[in-house]
Amino acid sequence: MTKLNYSDVTPKGVFLNRRKIIAGALASTALPQIGFAKPLDVVKSEYTVDGEITPRDAAVTYNNFYEFGTGKGDPLANAHTLTTDPWSVEIGGLVNNAGTFGLDDILKDVTLEERIYRFRCVEAWSMVVPWIGFSLSELLKKADPQSGAKYVAFETLYRPEEMPGQKNSRFPYPYVEGLRLDEAMNPLTMIATGMYGEELPNQNGAPLRLVVPWKYGFKSIKSIVKITLTDEQPPTTWNLIADNEYGFYSNVNPEVDHPRWSQASERPIGGGLFAKRIPTLMFNGYADEVASLYSGMDLRTNF
Amino acid sequence: MSMTQTQRLNQVVKTVSAWPIYIVGVLPAAWLFYQAVSNNLGADPLKALEHQLGEWALQLLIATLLITPLRDLFKINLIKYRRAIGLLAFFYALGHLLTYLWLDQQWWWSAIWKDITKRPYIIIGVISFLAMVPLAITSNNLSIRKLGPLTWRKLHQLTYIVVPLAALHFVLLKKTWQLEPILYLGVGLLLVGYRFWRKRLA
Repeated sequence: MTKLNYSDVTPKGVFLNRRKIIAGALASTALPQIGFAKPLDVVKSEYTVDGEITPRDAAVTYNNFYEFGTGKGDPLANAHTLTTDPWSVEIGGLVNNAGTFGLDDILKDVTLEERIYRFRCVEAWSMVVPWIGFSLSELLKKADPQSGAKYVAFETLYRPEEMPGQKNSRFPYPYVEGLRLDEAMNPLTMIATGMYGEELPNQNGAPLRLVVPWKYGFKSIKSIVKITLTDEQPPTTWNLIADNEYGFYSNVNPEVDHPRWSQASERPIGGGLFAKRIPTLMFNGYADEVASLYSGMDLRTNF
Repeated sequence: MSMTQTQRLNQVVKTVSAWPIYIVGVLPAAWLFYQAVSNNLGADPLKALEHQLGEWALQLLIATLLITPLRDLFKINLIKYRRAIGLLAFFYALGHLLTYLWLDQQWWWSAIWKDITKRPYIIIGVISFLAMVPLAITSNNLSIRKLGPLTWRKLHQLTYIVVPLAALHFVLLKKTWQLEPILYLGVGLLLVGYRFWRKRLA
């Protein structure tokens, strides 16, 4: 296995830009986490995509993480106060090895690999992100699901004193998400602990988050504290808020529009004012890997 | 504000003509567009430009509705600036619409048509804009003479529909109920409601 340097996966312009950011960060340490966190040792993986990687400074400054505010820049401005160490994840429900595991516990048996995935937001913008992490299936296998387990429920941290968006909000916090067990076990489904060669910045869901590249971004729940195996479909936050707009599956599908947006195309973030719209691909380009999970299902009703 | 201060303000208004408003008023749009082109509006300059032009249009629309209550309730007379403010509002709304058509949807007519016929917040935004068109076209002395002051005034009462619809467009495009757009809608409705309340008293 070869060690992969950040410069190996990043267009030169972006890499140079990064150096500029480091210089800036050295000059001023007052900035929130736009500069660089701890570098991670990673191995290359087979997962990559055509097309340019989104510049890092776009991916770490343009975020939907309502726990820190509803504006795209709010997470960057507010998330630096989040305590991510110590961190533990409670794994329970229909598993044989239930327990609460520290982050180091979870990471000690896995090999972190870099996977370059397309990321498609339900708001019809997209990025290409070099995540660092491991398949969720590795974690679930250790938990040893019981035969009755059919779904996996996830929960984000609820800590209003560090997450200002959780104060006086009509949002039903904590944020929850869910997958069918076979979706969760698909090799594409990953737990990310880093991106762009370093640990996840807080605004991107530190210290660990889900990444499900064939589903709209809100399914990729951030800052996870709880994983529960269930026999019933778990509630999911956006579905609870507006079930006519956000379904449980929320697979990227150019043929099924969101009531507010066409999903047929997307705007790549980071390309500037004149960035060309690109057509959105079925299952965000991962049809070969995941289409079989939904064979026989009407994706218009199960949106 | 004491009576003397109000009088002084009205004196100043008499000496300051309206035309500089047009020049000063378009400068922020030019500056914003320049910032967007030079990639200084964050990771998504398109949305920043689109949103800001729309928000300024809405603020200017609300300003046009403030002129009458300011005169009625505070004796401040800014009526000579109303046409300029209204035309600027139209200019910003047009910029907002063009940004959507050109930079956001990139003249992709099938998607635009779907938006305009299917999505409530876009339908409402388009109605609000279309209702502004006759107002912008007739915002000149010639039109007032041609139409006659009464008909002209009736026509320009379309503003009472334009402003709440523009604010509603803002409220509905958000994924959740958010305070800022709801405040605009509240202020817009209040200012329109004031007209009806005033008419009932008269």
